[in-house]
Amino acid sequence: MITVESLTKQYGRFTAVDHVSFTAATGRVTGFLGPNGAGKSTTMRIMVGLTRPSSGSVTITGRDYRDLVNPGLEVGVLLDASAQHAGRTGREILAIAAQTMGLPKSRVTDTLARVGLTESEAERRVRNYSLGMRQRLGIATALIGDPQVLVLDEPANGLDPAGIRWMRDLLRGFADDGGTVLLSSHLLHEIEVIADDIVVIGQGRIVAQGSKSELLAAAGTLVRTTDADRLARALHEASVLTTPIDGGLRADADPELVGEVAHRADVVLRELRAADGAGLEEMFLELTAETAREGAAA
Amino acid sequence: MSTTTVETAPAAPSSGAHAARPARTITPISMTRLVGVELRKMFDTRAGFWLMASVGIVSVLATAAVILWAPDAAINQGTFSSAIGMPLSVVLPVIAILAVTGEYSQRTGLTTYTLVPWRGRVIGAKVVATLLVGLVSMLLALAIGAVGNVAGSALAGVDTTWDVTLAQFANILLASILGMLIGFMLGVLFRSSPGAIVGYFVYSLVLPVAFGTLAAFQGWFRDLQPWVDVNFASTRLYDTAMTAEYWQQLGVATLIWLWIPLALGVRAVLRAEVK
Repeated sequence: MITVESLTKQYGRFTAVDHVSFTAATGRVTGFLGPNGAGKSTTMRIMVGLTRPSSGSVTITGRDYRDLVNPGLEVGVLLDASAQHAGRTGREILAIAAQTMGLPKSRVTDTLARVGLTESEAERRVRNYSLGMRQRLGIATALIGDPQVLVLDEPANGLDPAGIRWMRDLLRGFADDGGTVLLSSHLLHEIEVIADDIVVIGQGRIVAQGSKSELLAAAGTLVRTTDADRLARALHEASVLTTPIDGGLRADADPELVGEVAHRADVVLRELRAADGAGLEEMFLELTAETAREGAAA
Repeated sequence: MSTTTVETAPAAPSSGAHAARPARTITPISMTRLVGVELRKMFDTRAGFWLMASVGIVSVLATAAVILWAPDAAINQGTFSSAIGMPLSVVLPVIAILAVTGEYSQRTGLTTYTLVPWRGRVIGAKVVATLLVGLVSMLLALAIGAVGNVAGSALAGVDTTWDVTLAQFANILLASILGMLIGFMLGVLFRSSPGAIVGYFVYSLVLPVAFGTLAAFQGWFRDLQPWVDVNFASTRLYDTAMTAEYWQQLGVATLIWLWIPLALGVRAVLRAEVK
């Protein structure tokens, strides 16, 4: 579990992180979502002791990061996949991490296989790696110590759709085994695919947090029924995307269409309403627009 | 923002449900291991490997040059030792610089300082690794020079002269180590390879000329120079019998040009944000 308490980081007069508090729970994948420059990376760097906070604290499994005796065995960290020595081979980079943690060499080969880097890819120098391969190598460095907590900054960046799916399955498995995952992204879609819980940050402040279904339910249509499976099938046939929520579905369509589909499928509805509120996506777009350089036409 | 209050996780395992992770004993990271890792990092890139190999290559080339071109009368251990020492006095500090700046230029510090969040220990391990490389390099140079001396005197048909005493070698070793520490200091101060290397050439080429010129034209500076010119004070280690005053001057000059900036640089490394 990662607990962030009232974390603040100021650079001169600029406040990069402003009283940020949230928890990444054990057994869950927590998505840290925000536009570029929102303070995600600064928060994560503070977590692992690379940057000093101006005030506030972060504890990982109840302890300060610097109090861990061999951090690589407890917390797997990937902050920037491009921050690897271009002149080293992938295998060598992983071997250095393994040696630092005091792990046997066999773990290097195992971990390379786990992240899907082939033997020949591992012998290549990192300057010849694609961003996707660097991400896999970075994730390998995070995983090699078999930690219980993962802190990953933009790990899906540069991965193709198959790679994103692979990452989702990997992190899902990790969380289901009782691990804690915190990953950041500036893309709502990535977070939607991977995370259980979402923390949204904008201009250094937390603007929303909750479980994914809670936050996403705010957009589209909420429908509750006694036979959610049947309705989901019917909606899929009508090309409507659905997400299961407690006792029903969230559908990416307006209530009228969902009602019609339910009627045709002979499903009894208990509740049908437009999900209220601005919606995560709109909120996120608003946040992004405020900080986006291109959008600042005014 | 949302009125939904459902607890929706498809599988929100309580800690009990997945408490399958075995308790592990986590052993701390020893200093010996860190030194091993730092040594490994000095050799494991092509650039690093050839830089290290250049110690041997340069020594052999310098030895060969002495055998080919030095007059017979000059074929003695002292000639070989200065011929090898010259290029090494450039190579060794560069090795020291890159041991530090590589972490910043290549941004590997992000991983290094995350795996070992006590930066002082990383820097300590780098100093030890650098000095080990310096020591081994100097012993290697000594051996190559000795072979050159034997071969050169045999080829020239003169008696083999061993005129470098143990004390002299110790002084030369100390001078090389001071050179490496200056490189290391510039590394922690600049945390950038080009910056630190340019800094080193300013130290070893520009400053001596500036101080030399000053001493030549300003009488008042002539007596002061040995105290404030670190090159002047440390090159004596190569060829002069050191007196107590010379040692004091070396101490003062290195305090100004090495130890104080080194302390400032290390402090900066400990505090600076790693990006």
